[in-house]
Amino acid sequence: MLEGGSTGKYLCCPLSFTQAGGAKVDTKRQPAVSMRGITKTFGKVVANDNVSIDIYKGEILSLLGENGSGKTTLMNMLSGIYYPDSGHIYINGKEELIHSPKDALSLGIGMVHQHFKLVDVMSATENIVLGLKEGRKFDLKTVADRIREICSKYGFDLDPDQKVYDMSVSQKQTVEIVKMLYRKADILILDEPTAVLTPQETEKLFDVLRNMKKDGKAIIIITHKLNEVLEISDYVDILNKGKFIGSLKTSETNAQEMTDMMVGHAVKLNIDRPEPKDVKPKIEISGLTVIDEDGIPKLQDVSFTINSGEILGIAGISGSGQRELLESIAGLQKIESGSIKYYEESGKAVELVGTNPETIRKMGVSLSFVPEDRLGMGLVGNMDLTGNMMLRSFRMGGGLFTNRKIPHDLADEVVKALSVDTPGLSTPVRRLSGGNVQKVLVGREIASNPTVLLTAYAVRGLDINSSYVIYDLMNKQKEKGVAVVYVGEDLDVLLQLADRILVLCGGKVSGIVDGRKATKNEVGLLMTSLGGAE
Amino acid sequence: MFNFDIFFQSAVKQSIPLLLGSTGETLTEKSGNLNLGIPGIMYVGAISGVIGSFFYENHLNAAEAAINPFLGICIPLLCSLLGSLLMGLLYCFLTVNLRANQNVTGLAMTTFGVGFGNFFGGSLIKLTGSSVPSISLRETSKCFQKTLPFADRMGVVGTMFFSYGFLAYAAIVIAICAAFFLRKTRLGLQLRAVGENPGTADAAGINVSRYKYAATCIGSMIAGLGGLYYVMDYASGVWSNNAFGDRGWLAIALVIFTVWKPDFSILASILFGGLYILYLYIPTGTNMAIKEIYKMFPYLVTIAVLIIMSVRNRKENQPPAALGLPYFREDR
Repeated sequence: MLEGGSTGKYLCCPLSFTQAGGAKVDTKRQPAVSMRGITKTFGKVVANDNVSIDIYKGEILSLLGENGSGKTTLMNMLSGIYYPDSGHIYINGKEELIHSPKDALSLGIGMVHQHFKLVDVMSATENIVLGLKEGRKFDLKTVADRIREICSKYGFDLDPDQKVYDMSVSQKQTVEIVKMLYRKADILILDEPTAVLTPQETEKLFDVLRNMKKDGKAIIIITHKLNEVLEISDYVDILNKGKFIGSLKTSETNAQEMTDMMVGHAVKLNIDRPEPKDVKPKIEISGLTVIDEDGIPKLQDVSFTINSGEILGIAGISGSGQRELLESIAGLQKIESGSIKYYEESGKAVELVGTNPETIRKMGVSLSFVPEDRLGMGLVGNMDLTGNMMLRSFRMGGGLFTNRKIPHDLADEVVKALSVDTPGLSTPVRRLSGGNVQKVLVGREIASNPTVLLTAYAVRGLDINSSYVIYDLMNKQKEKGVAVVYVGEDLDVLLQLADRILVLCGGKVSGIVDGRKATKNEVGLLMTSLGGAE
Repeated sequence: MFNFDIFFQSAVKQSIPLLLGSTGETLTEKSGNLNLGIPGIMYVGAISGVIGSFFYENHLNAAEAAINPFLGICIPLLCSLLGSLLMGLLYCFLTVNLRANQNVTGLAMTTFGVGFGNFFGGSLIKLTGSSVPSISLRETSKCFQKTLPFADRMGVVGTMFFSYGFLAYAAIVIAICAAFFLRKTRLGLQLRAVGENPGTADAAGINVSRYKYAATCIGSMIAGLGGLYYVMDYASGVWSNNAFGDRGWLAIALVIFTVWKPDFSILASILFGGLYILYLYIPTGTNMAIKEIYKMFPYLVTIAVLIIMSVRNRKENQPPAALGLPYFREDR
């Protein structure tokens, strides 16, 4: 009845539930969705190999796996974007063929993608009603009223008349979720919903999800943040390299166990942190103030020192001025007041404010910023790897023609060193998966032999293995005497990687702590202490 | 002596081809298709109507019968619609199915349309064997120019508002309908979504290609009517090669000027029409260069509007976000 029952039921898939021994299966649980023996290949790549999972009503299921483990592909098959090569999908016990997102919606399956599908110049209401054919009369007022109803029912904070271009990322996500609920979806798939949210927004989202769960909806979250898995989900299904590894009850597992299953082999959770040596000031920032176009101060009177031979972590709720800070150093920001002094090898101080970005780069200050959309800054999606390497080196060599040999070798090196998964060096970067794009970006910046390496969100969206590769790269740079600045989102990582942590809050420095001594609570408190941020 | 009512009347007559052209182009552009073939399509719309009515009038002459007003209007009208529809279909096939570059396709269509018009215009002129390089379709034109019976009796008001052929009123009705369609209907919302973000529209279950085809073909047909109005009403049924001039481009400029709003276009086209003929009403003496400067006014106004729009930078007044971009479903 318990384990026996479940294994008997899933004879078609011997792999499934081999590790689900700990899970207590309640007989009253009704699977809203059962996927059986799903296989999907893209060319030679097997994205999903005989995967079987169940999703139950009134529960939140986390789908956990590394980058490229096939989580999103699997869910895309459920939401009708792809069609499986083989396997069966049962919705509420009945076998269904899902050929298009429309089919999926008519079965009550709604998916919120990582990249929102919204029309910018339209209001929330217009976006929500888009593509629907309900009622004879086209009446946006009634629609808006129904949206307000849904919002108050589940606790969303949404103005139906607000235009999408005026919205924050979190609000856009809300529109997407409400859109699915408006279409009466009762099986909701969220693809990495917290990747672009602040901790507060994440909390809010989780509250809403809990409300929906109480309402009997089946919710699936694709994620690789273990703490969130533990916080929000009832069960967690783990995929690795396209294969189903196991299903765990969240209350009976821990981060270590999940990580082990996820990566297939043990990954040390402790990040190396070599002792900094030969520490001396490299960049000294004092009284830096940046005001944006709308007159809102983004940085206020920020002063600190970046030392060579150590990693300076920067923590803060997203949007606290991290981006502006790095861009100021790289010469890309208009600076209101303050000074940024760069110390050359000889000890001579050079003022960076007012210096153009190219000169700053030549001094060896290198910026790699991984934006929310990954391809937005630093890489050209339609260009191949060699071409993207060339963006930094095209001035090398004096001739009329560009030298493709140097960037080609560099691309080759980066691909090998960081094990970038690409069919070849002449593949356009936009064809690579998000994690690989990031490796190329960070790899290129490091390869330029910087004296100051500025990275922001370098591991955003990366799986654990790739993240460690990047941490190692940063440590190597640090040992070489490079001043490394690492803007991160994950406090655990910051606390284990950085020598010092600068905490930003609402554009002000709320504290600089020792990475070895500080506790998570301490940093968390600093992040919210000034009252400047919401 | 400057008569405002006469000037206004001329401006309105001048404006109707522009209004039809810009309404058609606005609908097309809202689907994300930047159809620069509009000038050519208006040419084809005009010559197709001319061909239809030419053979009908020839037939009448041979049979020595009087013109049937119904057929006199319907034959050129249907020919014109068919001609511009075929141009619209060709454009869609090239840009939607074959994903050819929209700008290049559009420009090629304009060159083709003008050439097509001049070739068949020239052929018909040869058929008539007349010594003047033009075709005159007086009988058909009379049907198109028929005004409301009470227009003469109403003085200035009659001259200004009721002295036009039925296509002029149709143009205004079409523009209002198009504006209503885009703003207030479900199909209009979905069409706008296709032009703004085809990926999103596709994900919402909207058939992007179908919308692009429908909007572009209907838009082409509306624009083609502009050509028909020009030759049958404005030019009193006289076709001569290249007489249509650059009105097609002016229609495209009008789309930008009205920030993609067909109802604005009704007044804006009269303004453009007025500016277009202003040189006739301002004494220029013998200096022909001044005349050419006056002819530039509509374009200068368009550039000014573009500058103002980009300074104000309101999202609603920007061109459809996916304008001119091909849509590949595989890219999502």
